[in-house]
Amino acid sequence: MAVLSEEQTMLRDMARDWTSNESPVNAWRKVRDADDGAGFDASVYGEMAQMGWSGIVVPEAYGGSDFGWLSLGLVIEELGKTVTASPLAASALAASAIALGGSDEQKQKWLPGIASGEIVATLAVDEGPRHDPDAIKASVSGGKLSGAKAFVAEGDSAGLFVVAAADGLYLVAGDAAGVSRSRRHLTDFRSHAEVSFDSADADKLAGGGDDLLGKVLDRARVLAAAEMLGMAGQAFETTLAYLKQRVQFGQVLATFQALQHRMANLYSDIELMRSAVEAGLAAIDSGGDTRQAAILAKVKANEVGHLMSREMVQLHGGIGMTDEYDAGFYLKRMRVLEAMWGNTAALRDRFATLNGY
Amino acid sequence: MATLAEPQAGSALDDFRAEVRSFLEANFPPSLKGKGNALASVEGPTRETPEMTAWRKAMGERGWGTPTWPKEYGGGGLSKAEARVLADEMARVGAWNPIGGMGVMMFGPTLLEYGSEEQKREHIPGITMGEVRWCQGYSEPNAGSDLANLQTFAADAGDHYVVNGQKTWTSGGQWADKCFCLVRTDKSDKHKGISFLLIDMTAPGVEVKPIKMISGMSPFCETFFTDVKVPKENLVGQEGQGWTIGKRLLQHERTNLSGGGSRLQMSGPSLADLAKKFVGEEDGKIADRDLRARIAKWEMDWRAFQLTAMRVMAESKAAGGVSEVSSILKTIGTKLGQERSELIIEIEGLQGLGWEGEGYSQEELNNVRAWLFGKATTIYGGSTEVQNNIIAKRILGMLDHQ
Repeated sequence: MAVLSEEQTMLRDMARDWTSNESPVNAWRKVRDADDGAGFDASVYGEMAQMGWSGIVVPEAYGGSDFGWLSLGLVIEELGKTVTASPLAASALAASAIALGGSDEQKQKWLPGIASGEIVATLAVDEGPRHDPDAIKASVSGGKLSGAKAFVAEGDSAGLFVVAAADGLYLVAGDAAGVSRSRRHLTDFRSHAEVSFDSADADKLAGGGDDLLGKVLDRARVLAAAEMLGMAGQAFETTLAYLKQRVQFGQVLATFQALQHRMANLYSDIELMRSAVEAGLAAIDSGGDTRQAAILAKVKANEVGHLMSREMVQLHGGIGMTDEYDAGFYLKRMRVLEAMWGNTAALRDRFATLNGY
Repeated sequence: MATLAEPQAGSALDDFRAEVRSFLEANFPPSLKGKGNALASVEGPTRETPEMTAWRKAMGERGWGTPTWPKEYGGGGLSKAEARVLADEMARVGAWNPIGGMGVMMFGPTLLEYGSEEQKREHIPGITMGEVRWCQGYSEPNAGSDLANLQTFAADAGDHYVVNGQKTWTSGGQWADKCFCLVRTDKSDKHKGISFLLIDMTAPGVEVKPIKMISGMSPFCETFFTDVKVPKENLVGQEGQGWTIGKRLLQHERTNLSGGGSRLQMSGPSLADLAKKFVGEEDGKIADRDLRARIAKWEMDWRAFQLTAMRVMAESKAAGGVSEVSSILKTIGTKLGQERSELIIEIEGLQGLGWEGEGYSQEELNNVRAWLFGKATTIYGGSTEVQNNIIAKRILGMLDHQ
């Protein structure tokens, strides 16, 4: 664990208490069973907003606390542990795009609502099943945006889209004429929607430099990695507890060296994952070049999260295969996050290119 | 968030920085720039040039080779902040620490914690001056991973012990002046019968035989003790406390072997540059795309490991010393070192497998030796399997095998 300030420790502890008391995995199970398309419980997101979480990366002048990415990452990690569903990450990413690239008027118009949790906002970037920010075709002409975005997270309930077009990022209100959405039901049961824009009113984010989209995607990668860190850590703890109580061949499974060594390797892997994720969050807070730190965070999260979620099912044996048990939630959500914002192969390629080979 | 230093502390540090700069200017010969810590190598005493000797003495007398050790025993007595300033300033001019070896990495920190006042006064200054070379008498032919099975026996003979037995894998034993040794003082209890004893390598009855390794080098020895008299004042801690002290020392060893210290720093050209040279490139990318992806994976794993080493060390320091987490650094650091060596061998093809003679650069030949020698890193200092046992049992609380 990175060295935290007193305020960050308090925030982390508050998030930990809240998730374990108010939002255990069973809470997600109820949302999953309700299957209403929004993919989260609006009253629960209201509670998060009350605690100030939706404004953590929003500047104070616009209703947030500007408490930084490491702080937001701590909360997202805790939510990941209990697979708590919320549009917190998506809204924070949209807010960061506006904070980085928006005019004062745009910030004034949208950020306070995002910070208070009244508006769910989200990024709409990819146009196909694989993350590919170099292949964006959506375009804007005369202030009207046209194009289609695939698998937009929280796309079913978003009141604001930050849309990547060929020449930059644009704000499109969720209720604007020409916006239509259809649900894409994925294995994680969270909200993903295909969103079409047919000459919808679009307002450009003109600031933030040439690579505004790149900066926002780095933040997206690191936040996804933070959620995966929470999930992997919890998957590990749950599996360890299971091995310590499950008896086979007259012995507790935890006494078998073959299983001890697998767990020791997973534990070590998760330590590396944690270092990479915390370094990614710290890199954003420090305001420098975030590209490589973000790739490192997401790639380690992809690799270790992938392995840990598989091992969780395997080491639980038959019970891990049942819907009644929680292991499946971690496996199914992990793969969605793994595919979002760059899979391992794509990010390795990008890392090599950034390093000149 | 980083706390800003108090203005006073800041200006005191600035004064210290100026002091370091003038010391380096007066004492570090530019001709030694970037030569690395040749004097601390366990692969044998390099011939010390007069310049190197002068540099070692200058640093030793100032205590700055062991900057944070207490001043009264010859250390630098520096705060962590001052030690960082010293390291920064040395790096700035390409200066290196001439004081090192097992005395600095393992034995010194352990003796500072467990030794008597007399022992510290007797042994620490030789280490801080880089004048006394220490070796480690732990492993025996039947006590490797099962170290507590060691049989070398120290019989009580009144004011001294009489030691008989054999140690193996004694790194640098042929060049060492002294040996910190685990010996059995009681045959009735596997763990509580072990004591931590300091043995003079020149004492009558000590015999050393180098072992030739697959790399062609002989950095390890067999060490035989035949009726070696060891004065009782050379017992560290209490009789029977050796296992506790010995384990503590192993934590220091792991931390240093992991690459979190300086020994496994990856030097030389990057894997990517090497691959471009031997495999070629297309559009600025390494021509072999599979190799390129594996290099990228290695580079990212290495960065994640370095971040972890920094994080774990900061956490252990805050918690008051090294911890069992050093086992993680050891297993991962050594694995990554081996993976890098294997990638280099793969990249260079048969040119990277030369043993000797014409047609190979010194660097290519060094890589071959390093690749072979590196296979020891996951075996010595507690094998990867033993580290995994430690992680499982002591960190994860998985129970002992019944």
